[in-house]
Amino acid sequence: MPTMTFAQALNDAHKIEMTRDPNVYVAGEDVGVYGGIFGVTAGLLDQFGAKRVRDTPITESAIVGTAVGAASCGLRPVIELMFVDFIGVAMDQLFNQAAKMKYMFGGKAKIPMVLRATCGAGIGAAAQHSQCLEAWFMHVPGLKVVIPSTPSDAKGLLISAIRDDNPVVFLEHKMLYASEGEVAAGEYTTPLGKADIKREGKDVTVVATAQAVHTALAAAEQLAGEGISVEVVDPRTLSPLDEDTILESVRKTHRLVIVHEAVKFAGPGAEIAAVVAEKAFDRLDAPILRIAAPFVPVPFSPPLEKEFIPSTEKVIKAVKTVMES
Amino acid sequence: MQISKEQMIDLYKTMCKIRSFEIRVSELFAAGKIPGFVHLYAGEEAVATGVCVNLLNSDYITSTHRGHGHLIAKGGDVKFMMSEVLGKKTGYCKGKGGSMHIADADLGILGANGIVGAGPPLATGAALACQYQGKDNVAVCFFGDGASNQGTTHEAMNLATCWKLPVVFVNENNMYGISSCTKNSMCIPNIADRAAAYDMPGVVVDGNDVMAVYEAASEAIKRARQGQGPSLIECKTYRHRGHFEGDACVYRTAAELEEWKEKDPIPRFQKKLLDLGVLTPKKVQEIDESIKKEIADAERFAEDSPFPDPSELTQDLYT
Repeated sequence: MPTMTFAQALNDAHKIEMTRDPNVYVAGEDVGVYGGIFGVTAGLLDQFGAKRVRDTPITESAIVGTAVGAASCGLRPVIELMFVDFIGVAMDQLFNQAAKMKYMFGGKAKIPMVLRATCGAGIGAAAQHSQCLEAWFMHVPGLKVVIPSTPSDAKGLLISAIRDDNPVVFLEHKMLYASEGEVAAGEYTTPLGKADIKREGKDVTVVATAQAVHTALAAAEQLAGEGISVEVVDPRTLSPLDEDTILESVRKTHRLVIVHEAVKFAGPGAEIAAVVAEKAFDRLDAPILRIAAPFVPVPFSPPLEKEFIPSTEKVIKAVKTVMES
Repeated sequence: MQISKEQMIDLYKTMCKIRSFEIRVSELFAAGKIPGFVHLYAGEEAVATGVCVNLLNSDYITSTHRGHGHLIAKGGDVKFMMSEVLGKKTGYCKGKGGSMHIADADLGILGANGIVGAGPPLATGAALACQYQGKDNVAVCFFGDGASNQGTTHEAMNLATCWKLPVVFVNENNMYGISSCTKNSMCIPNIADRAAAYDMPGVVVDGNDVMAVYEAASEAIKRARQGQGPSLIECKTYRHRGHFEGDACVYRTAAELEEWKEKDPIPRFQKKLLDLGVLTPKKVQEIDESIKKEIADAERFAEDSPFPDPSELTQDLYT
C-alpha cells in the first residue's frame, strides 16, 4: 500500500471527488495559485481550473456565506478556512445559517458543504492561530464535526464529508500535515459517526482525537512495557459521536482517560465523560480523567507551548492513576 | 421595458395582497394568536412587488426578518405563510421556522432571515451557483439600511463584483433599524453611493413608486442575466408600523409617519391606474373582495391546521 502524508491524503481526496462530481468546488484564501498554505490544495488549480478552484479575498464571512448560498442551490463547496481561529468572523454563516437552514425550513433545504480548517498548537503560531475549537461546533445542532488523526482516515473521511449532504466542519491538526501513513490508492470512504480502535487493550480506555491520538499511542506503547494494556479509541467524528464504540470499550476495561488538545473546561472530553458517566457508571472502577490543555490562550514561548500541549508523560500519569483507583 | 395592462393590474393586486396579509397578521398578533415576533412590511409593498415581477421561479431571492412582502411577491401562497406564522405543521416550514424563517426552495426563496446582513453572502452564493452551472438565472438580495452597515454586506458586494456574479442587491431604506436612524448610523446620504466602492452601478429610486422600482429592477436583473455582474438599487421607503408588532415607535414622530403615509404606494398606484383607465372603481372593488376572501381562506386554513406533533421535534436536523 502506498504511503502518503496527511496533507497528500487530503489532496488526493479532493482530486477524487472533484473528478467524480462537477459540482464540487474549492474556495478559500491562497488555495489556488499557492496551493493552500499547508499544501492541501496543491495542483488543484492546474488540474481543474479557476472556475472550480477559487482564490478569494480575505473575506471569511463571504467565503463561508457564499458557500452556504451556493450549496443551497446545488453546488458542493469544499471551503478552506486557513486557521479555525478565523471562524469568528464567519461564525454566523456557519452556525445560524448553514447549520439551521434545513431544520428551520421544515426539511426543504440541503446544505452539502465542507468547511476544512486547520487547528492545533505546536509551531509557535500563538494564541490566535493555534486553537482547537471543536467543542464550539459540537454544540451546534445541524453541523457534523470530523477530526481525523491519520492520513488514511483523513482521505476516507474527507471523501465521505464531501459526499455527505450536511454541513461538515472538518478539522485538521496542523502538526499532522507532514505525518505519514499507509493510504489505499483510489476511491474509498470512511464513515462519518464511527469511531476507530487505534490500539486494542484491556486495562484502560483512552479516548483521544487528532494529534492527541499519537500521544496516547506513544503512552500506550510505553505502558505496555510496564504491563498495562491500553486501548486507544479515536472517535474520528465528534458530532455525531459514536457512543457505542466508546461505551463498549469502557465496559471492557472499566477505566477511562480522555485526551485532547482543546482546553479542558467545557471541551469535547466533557461531553464524552458525561455520556460514559451516564450510561456506564456501574462499569467504571475509577473516576474518568481528562488530560487536556489548561484554561488559557495558547502561549507563544516554546517551553510554555510545550507545557500547554498534553504530553505523553501526563497521559501515562493519568493512566497509572486510574489503574491505582 | 414595456409593461402590459394585465401586468400593471398584477402589480396592484400583489401590493394589495401583501398589505391585507400584513394587516390581518397585525390583528391576529394583537389578539395573542401569534407567538414570537412579527415584522410587518406595510408601506414597503412597492419594493418587493416591483422587483419580483421580473423574476422566475428558478431565480433566487434572499429575504430579511421583514420578509412577508418578498415571499408573497415571489409567489408565496398566503395559506402556507399564515400557517407558518401561526406555527402550524401545514406551514411552509412545518411550523419549525416561523415568520422570520419562511422559505420555499421550489419558489427560489432561500429564506427570510433573522440575522441582519446574513442575506448578502447567501444571495452571492446563489448567484455563484447560477453562474457556475451556466444558467442565466439571477439572485436578488433584499436588505435594509441597517444591513447596509453590516460587514457581511460589504464582503458580499466586493466578492460579487470580483467574480462578476449575477446578483442584484436591492436595498430597502426605510430609515430605521429599530430606533437607529440612518442620519446617525450612516455617514453618507445614499446607500447607493456605496456602489462606487464596489465598482457596480448604483441607483436611488422612489421605493414607493412601483413602476420606478420595476424599471430599475428590470434593468439590473437584465444586466445580471447577461453576465454583466451585480448592481445596487436603493429604494427609499418607509414602514408604516413599528419595527416589530408592539413597538411603540418612540424614536419617530407622528408627523413623519403622516408625511410618508401620504406617499403610500398603493393608493398612489391605484390612482395612476384609474387615471389611465387600466382600473375602474368596479374592478378595484372586485380585487379588494377577492383578496379579502383569499386572506380569510388562508386564515381559516391556518386556524384549522394542527400544530406539529412533539415527535416532530427532532426531525429534519440532518439530510
